[in-house]
Amino acid sequence: MKKVITGNQAVAYGAILSRVDVISAYPITPQTTIVEELSELVASGRLNTKFLKVESEHSAMAALIGASTGGVRCFTATSSHGLAYMHEMLHWASGARLPIVMVNVNRALGPGWNIWSDQTDSLSQRDTGWIQLYCENNQEVLDTILQAYRIAESVKLPVMVVLDAFVLSHTSEAVEIPAMEEVDKFLPPCCLEYTIGTQESVAFSVITTPEYFFEFRYKIQKAMEQVPGIAKNVDDEFRSWFGRGYGAIERYGKEEAEVLLMTSGTVTSTSRIVIQKLVQKGYGVAGIKIKRFRPFPSEEIREAMKGAKKLAVIDRNLSVGIGGIFAQELRASLYSGEERPQVFGFVSGLGGRDITPELIEEAIQYTWEHRQPEEDILWLGLRK
Amino acid sequence: MKKMEIPLSEILGHGHLACAGCGAALAMRLTLKALGEKTVMVFPASCWSIIPGFWPYSSFHMTAIHAGFVTGGATASGIRAALDVRGDRETLVAVWAGDGGTFDIGLQSLSGAAERNEDFLYICNDNEGYMNTGTQRSSATPLLAWTTTTPVQKPKENPKKDIMAIMADHQIPYAATATIAYPEDFLRKMEKAKKIRGTRFIHLLSPCPPGWRIPSEVTVRISRLAVRSRVFPLYEIENGRSFTIQEESQVVPVKKYLKLQGRFSHLTERDIEETQKRVDEAWERLLRRARC
Repeated sequence: MKKVITGNQAVAYGAILSRVDVISAYPITPQTTIVEELSELVASGRLNTKFLKVESEHSAMAALIGASTGGVRCFTATSSHGLAYMHEMLHWASGARLPIVMVNVNRALGPGWNIWSDQTDSLSQRDTGWIQLYCENNQEVLDTILQAYRIAESVKLPVMVVLDAFVLSHTSEAVEIPAMEEVDKFLPPCCLEYTIGTQESVAFSVITTPEYFFEFRYKIQKAMEQVPGIAKNVDDEFRSWFGRGYGAIERYGKEEAEVLLMTSGTVTSTSRIVIQKLVQKGYGVAGIKIKRFRPFPSEEIREAMKGAKKLAVIDRNLSVGIGGIFAQELRASLYSGEERPQVFGFVSGLGGRDITPELIEEAIQYTWEHRQPEEDILWLGLRK
Repeated sequence: MKKMEIPLSEILGHGHLACAGCGAALAMRLTLKALGEKTVMVFPASCWSIIPGFWPYSSFHMTAIHAGFVTGGATASGIRAALDVRGDRETLVAVWAGDGGTFDIGLQSLSGAAERNEDFLYICNDNEGYMNTGTQRSSATPLLAWTTTTPVQKPKENPKKDIMAIMADHQIPYAATATIAYPEDFLRKMEKAKKIRGTRFIHLLSPCPPGWRIPSEVTVRISRLAVRSRVFPLYEIENGRSFTIQEESQVVPVKKYLKLQGRFSHLTERDIEETQKRVDEAWERLLRRARC
């Protein structure tokens, strides 16, 4: 069934179709309508879902840590300051190997207060041990949530599904909503090996000495390394069920390209138009959409960029002191490879300023015309 | 007080890591006897994060979930929700938190859960300070007490927070004080709390030999003197309104309680008089509230 829905409604449908058992959330703009939509759906009594309306985001994640330890499927959604407030519990969820799925609606962190799109909130959680998947449109949001549970429950690590504030969260698009019975076949009920009540008495998250702690962290890394393979299988299976798939990255534009443009989130949609126009003009350019940020798709990118001389990255985020975070990750992952094209790190659209087709074209033109960037951070659309 | 039988079963095993004379170890032993094995215990950071032992060993023979410092109320809410979804209404969810995890850093999470009247039993093991980190002041530390962050030159300037009033005013079905010198009273309250649905709160006073600067053999005596001096009266509050006070027939001056403890050894006669006055006032306030 096709429906015209906002990104936030797509989130709610994704959670409900996944038959989540426990939801725990605290409202924050622009995530709020997710919480409202889910409250309505749970209150209708059609679902056997418990919704804990907690007093903070920290408690939202803590409650899910409790519930997930209890062996049921858990969901929450947040944004910006809410995500930052959860930070401690994000480490706890991955450290305890809990397959929680959370949606984060990208929003800038204050001050000054700013409710608009900016990826610095989710990207500054990159070392918390969460898988991170970024979405380009509302269909992808819904589909990614369904896939996220399969991945999370296979590797026993939590997944963050990320979408842009307002550009997706509050914008309506046509979305194909799969039938519950179809989703049930793709996503069977969750089952945890170790949970409360299955053994006589068990202890979770016990104090662990240096003698053992190191190996526990090693195991988390090893689980994270399984994600590319598992996510690919899940995506292939999803495509065979529903006819849609996304990959860890997506390459579009000219097959043999001198300049590649790397984007994530909704900037990709705008970039597609710009790339198409430039290809028609005869430029050897192509785009790479990064969907999976953690684990970083180094292999996939190396494969997709073969032959390219220069990579332009547009980051709607800023790690103060170094620059755009996608660019930084890309540089780190290219360093050990044989081909090391120049990376042009553009920072743009912070705090929700529009990243227009003109700005994207400017970034590509600059990259095309320069052998190497004149500055480590190239500010795109900055008023000086 | 009516005599009762204390169950012989021991869920707390040998080899735990509590200090000699630890009030919280005695209290836990009694608690486990009362709650039984069909319980899930949540441990936000406190002395009891350490006492069961380091992974992979444990002296605590019951399902335990160690949790973030702040999260007692929230983690327990989540576990209860999971058990409910699974159709398990029988297993009791209990929280064992320190005064730091209850009065201070965990208050928001606990208050949120109590306002929602989440179905769990919350035990605040109050040793009147951050004892696990070596005796720093908490908002449960009494007025004028010494701690490492309230040195004798400038002992604690503020009175102890009235956590019972705070919790009772959430209109939760049950809140009670208890201490180890009165095991029958302790067990009766635990068993009563166990049978009630909704948020139940037990405020447990646990003397701490290293933190209170007392010899390890006086733990029980100190806990009895806390009640007899009315520093820590035993009482219950049901639904935020109905008070029952377990009145102590042998009332002693507060001085007798203070003099045994090194953390009060710097107190002048005037300080002791002031403390007595405040304890009397608090007792009068409790009686007034109970009469309403």
